[in-house]
Amino acid sequence: MADSSQGRIDLTDKPALTFDGVDMVFPDGTHALAEVSFDIRPGEFVTVVGPSGCGKSTLLRIASGLETESGGAVQVDRSNIGFVFQDATLLDWRTVQDNVELFAELHDVPKDERADRALRAIETVGLAGFEGHYPQALSGGMRMRASIARSLMMEPPVFLFDEPFGALDEITREKLQTELIRLFMDNGFAGLFITHSITEAVYLSTRVLVMSSRPGRITADIEVPFDYPRSPELRFDPAFAELSGRVSRELRDAH
Amino acid sequence: MLIDPDTRSDAMTEPTASTAPAAATPSPTRTAPSDRTTASWAGPLAVFVAFIAFWYAAPYLFFSGREWLLPPPHDVINVGFIEGMSFGQLWALVKMVVSDVVPFWSIDPGLDTSVVFVANAEATWLSAKVALTGLGAAIVLGSGLAMAMSQAKWIEKAFYPYLIALQAVPILALVPLIGSIWGFGFFSRMLVCVIIAFFPIVANTLFGLLSAKKSHHELFALHGASRGTRLRKLMVPAALPAMFTGLRIAAGLSVVGAIVGDFFFRRGDPGLGSLLDKYFARIAQEELFAAIIMSAALGIGVFAFFGWLRSRVIGKWHSETGVG
Ligand SMILES: Nc1ncnc2c1ncn2[C@@H]1O[C@H](COP(=O)(O)OP(=O)(O)O)[C@@H](O)[C@H]1O
Ligand SMILES: [Mg+2]
Repeated sequence: MADSSQGRIDLTDKPALTFDGVDMVFPDGTHALAEVSFDIRPGEFVTVVGPSGCGKSTLLRIASGLETESGGAVQVDRSNIGFVFQDATLLDWRTVQDNVELFAELHDVPKDERADRALRAIETVGLAGFEGHYPQALSGGMRMRASIARSLMMEPPVFLFDEPFGALDEITREKLQTELIRLFMDNGFAGLFITHSITEAVYLSTRVLVMSSRPGRITADIEVPFDYPRSPELRFDPAFAELSGRVSRELRDAH
Repeated sequence: MLIDPDTRSDAMTEPTASTAPAAATPSPTRTAPSDRTTASWAGPLAVFVAFIAFWYAAPYLFFSGREWLLPPPHDVINVGFIEGMSFGQLWALVKMVVSDVVPFWSIDPGLDTSVVFVANAEATWLSAKVALTGLGAAIVLGSGLAMAMSQAKWIEKAFYPYLIALQAVPILALVPLIGSIWGFGFFSRMLVCVIIAFFPIVANTLFGLLSAKKSHHELFALHGASRGTRLRKLMVPAALPAMFTGLRIAAGLSVVGAIVGDFFFRRGDPGLGSLLDKYFARIAQEELFAAIIMSAALGIGVFAFFGWLRSRVIGKWHSETGVG
């Protein structure tokens, strides 16, 4: 497995993201996370599955710093984190090009450089030719691509995804999954990807974390041994079905 | 035509919106263009013809014996727009506008105000200046206040009751007070427009500034954007559609304000208000109707201008059908 992902997973690396006994209680008393511990190393792509409302988004928001944990500790370099929300959160008044440039603009990257990098990111996500389009004129899938390009051009070492493909149709979803795997292989970030689809979790990741319903805790940490790049056919492989079955059982037991 | 699902609530944006860069606005729900263009002028034309017919008939139907109350349209056109007009006077009107618009350059255009159209046009121009200056001041002050209010809940709460109060006081109740303090000149008239246009601008701008989604704010927060950056790059652009809605309401109101103020003050240079009052007192019906048409034209002109500006500024990315 280490070989197939081009040797980038080196377990001696320092983790890019560490959760250590993280607890989250909101001011209104909602206990969202309990004793959550895991870490993600560079070159790992970890997915989190769990029933809705179990605290998956809260987990990402704590990782990114949008929310502060009420107990435990989180270690991550927050100076450059990629975060892709469930909705594409593009700015309506900016073209694809200008939307993709946004973060670089906020970090005062010089105009020429950011235009260049944005163009490359747009091409990478397959939106070449749509630079001048406004979000209104794009399909849901294209908007999500633009949203991914926007974070991608910052080359973040840690990349968080909160159910980014949840609102897309099956075909678009599978296409974007394939491309996300390619992005992962080319860029070698540490990925943390939230989903409530078991197939998506197994297909994308090197590890699946299973969360129980609220308060969310991690009840299983399952290695996914399939080689990258993964062909779409993998989804129909008996080994894939077996692993999905295991995740599904863990999910049911976790309730 | 009214039940066409693609009919926009704002007819003004229609032509420019469809001439915007074609790629940016796919229009899968459009009916065939030829249908639409036919329908778009045929309906209004039919209503116009019916209206003119009604105008001719009304005096005999409703005011028999006092038919002079409602002079026929051709008399109004003749007295109000044609009689006494010459190219010289048309040129004089152009000079009047140009010498007012170009700073530090004033000439006597040589208007002959005994010609009804010249008098009406001069008054319309005066009222337009009052309305537009007042509107401009209301935009600057109103959106400034809205931006301050958008920055903290307590600022919003501190000002809101007074805005509601300002909105609730009928403008006519304030006009005498304004006159007695600041006199009856340009400033007072403009102030009336500012007051009348202020509320829709503040309310709509504030609504727009606060309409930026939480996830968008978080996007900026994740990348360490300052308050100012967020205001400039997120809140203000997000507010533009609502601002233009407010602007269009405010523009209409500021024309009303200019005419009402003038109607009351009735001194200094006569704007449309004083002129309407003068014609009314003299029972000069043709002149009166012509002046009414000029006021309507001013209102429509201002409305159309802001519709055009709106589609220029935000038409490319925002459509009122709410797609996306
Ligand atoms: N700011 C908040 N204040 C109070 N409760 C919250 C807040 N944000 C989320 N929650 C609650 O925390 C729980 C977990 O939410 P979330 O992380 O969004 O779940 P998931 O993403 O797994 O569906 C839910 O019950 C939700 O209602
Ligand atoms: Mg969620």
